[in-house]
Amino acid sequence: MNSKKTNRIATGVIYFLVGIVILLLVGIIGNILISGLPHLSWHFLTATASSFEAGGGVRDQLFNSLYLLLLTLLISFPIALGAAIYLAEYAGDTWLTQLIRTTIEILSSLPSIVVGLFGYLLFVVQFGLGFSIIAGALALTFFNLPILTSNIEEAIKGVPQTQREAGWALGLSNWKTIRGIVLPAALPGIITGVILSAGRVFGEAAALIYTAGQSGSTVDYSNWNPFSPTSFLNVMRPAETLAVHIWKVNTEGIIPDVNLVSAATSALLVIVVIMFNFGARALGNWLYRRLTAAKIK
Amino acid sequence: MGKKKQDLQKVVEKAIAQQKVPHVKFKGIDPQDIDIARLTKPSKETRQERWGKGLTLLAIGLIGILIVAIIGFVGLRGLATFFADRVNVFHFLFTTDWNPSAGKEHVGAAAMIVTSFAVTLLAALLATPFSIAVALFMTEYESGRKVRLLQSVMELLVGIPSVVYGFLGLTVIVPAVRKIFGGTGFGILTATLILFVMVLPTITSLTVDAFKAVPKELRKSSAALGATQWQTIFHVVLRAARARIMTAVIFGMARAFGEALAVQMAIGNAVLMPANLVSPAATLTSQLTSQMGNTVMGTLPNNALWSLALLLLVMSLVFNFLVHLIGKKS
Repeated sequence: MNSKKTNRIATGVIYFLVGIVILLLVGIIGNILISGLPHLSWHFLTATASSFEAGGGVRDQLFNSLYLLLLTLLISFPIALGAAIYLAEYAGDTWLTQLIRTTIEILSSLPSIVVGLFGYLLFVVQFGLGFSIIAGALALTFFNLPILTSNIEEAIKGVPQTQREAGWALGLSNWKTIRGIVLPAALPGIITGVILSAGRVFGEAAALIYTAGQSGSTVDYSNWNPFSPTSFLNVMRPAETLAVHIWKVNTEGIIPDVNLVSAATSALLVIVVIMFNFGARALGNWLYRRLTAAKIK
Repeated sequence: MGKKKQDLQKVVEKAIAQQKVPHVKFKGIDPQDIDIARLTKPSKETRQERWGKGLTLLAIGLIGILIVAIIGFVGLRGLATFFADRVNVFHFLFTTDWNPSAGKEHVGAAAMIVTSFAVTLLAALLATPFSIAVALFMTEYESGRKVRLLQSVMELLVGIPSVVYGFLGLTVIVPAVRKIFGGTGFGILTATLILFVMVLPTITSLTVDAFKAVPKELRKSSAALGATQWQTIFHVVLRAARARIMTAVIFGMARAFGEALAVQMAIGNAVLMPANLVSPAATLTSQLTSQMGNTVMGTLPNNALWSLALLLLVMSLVFNFLVHLIGKKS
């Protein structure tokens, strides 16, 4: 067999494998959307979940997912921002920095079920928080921190060195330069990073089963007192999210329309993730244009 | 301190005596008036700098504490099986009798360990050729819109929650496997097929990075020697990127090994030594997810589950270590 023939065959094989992967991708996304979208009605979004009858919705789960996401970001963003600034601006090439980087890598590769169980051990049992939104948010913070930190670090490193030098030349301290020059310049990237990590958090279930719990208590959306047990703002109530809901109805559920509910919820999750993915880039680009005179490269 | 202050005083006096800028008049100022203490104190900028650095270091420290806490807590709980309940470590690792509520003689996790490794290895084996093909397609064969499109779909695939994959597996792959291979449809094969899709984007994106890191000159010199595109890819690009492809595969395996819900929904959850690819089995993660809620804290069945969690943690550390080892070698 001569080399030209081998080349042709190899190219053919590669294009064939890529074709299979593309079919697979289209099949998966198509399947989720086609089987789920028809059932995704206003009723489904606004009705409460039923425990044994058909025709329930996901109102509380949807709210819980969003609320949990918001809390997680509120807790993890400041820590991740600080850590990222340190790594991008201050950290030298020492053994300590290496150790920190390794630590973050380990944290990011931990199985989410291990993170969830740790959350259960520490927050639910040790701190006595019980199955609650706040315990879930704290566990998700663990899950979110390494991703968020490396995303923000990338964004900060993307700011040209000349901008920092300009700040120093004006006599600003390093910290003032970071706060006044580097962070605003990195803002589009930071926001993109935050939204991308939000997509991951939104669909996470394994870390939540044993922290935020699997049951939804009765929620009253007109009760704005965050300390009242029925208030939707109460962080001490157990809460089931969309992803946990899919898992639960499929493994333990007894409702007759399991497939229908799961398909619609899956479609909802995937749509939100798509929105996060494209929204992050669109918003990042828009901010970049607004904040700087430069065109995106 | 006295000596230092005197020295400074001298410097100030000298500077005034020698001043060369005529329009700044120091004549009226007595050297004694110059506040040395204020001059030698850290400036506002320095204080800001210290504050900022301290704050960011605090954040880093917090992350460090988190990881130590995770390893500490899970380790302590997981080791209780061996220290408090006196289960033999080798017994735990190499026997297949799993029924912890029946006593310490029945704590053998081998079936789950084997299943976990089986699905991980099979998924990685299946995904690697596809990943390499897609990565080659994206770096060597095509460029521009097609690549960007494929890349955004891959990113989307990473973003799809694992329970959605589990649900897809339950409604699409399980019936298909049942029809084609018989059995219940639950088992290692089904779990492998789901994990294959889940690790594919991870391995692919890291492999793309690996190919992009190969210098253009190598390809050009190979082409200049008259090699065909495939010869260049096979003998130059793949070889140069070998170590990084290996790390990509290990990252994929780490993801597959730790994946819980999708696997749990599709594998059947029977703690048996897997006899074939289509009989129900259980992985470490699936057993943990489904049983943790059914045991009482501090009892042997509960401790045994924590030992499974510890095993997962240790494996995750091992995968990390392997990545570093390969990275250092290349």
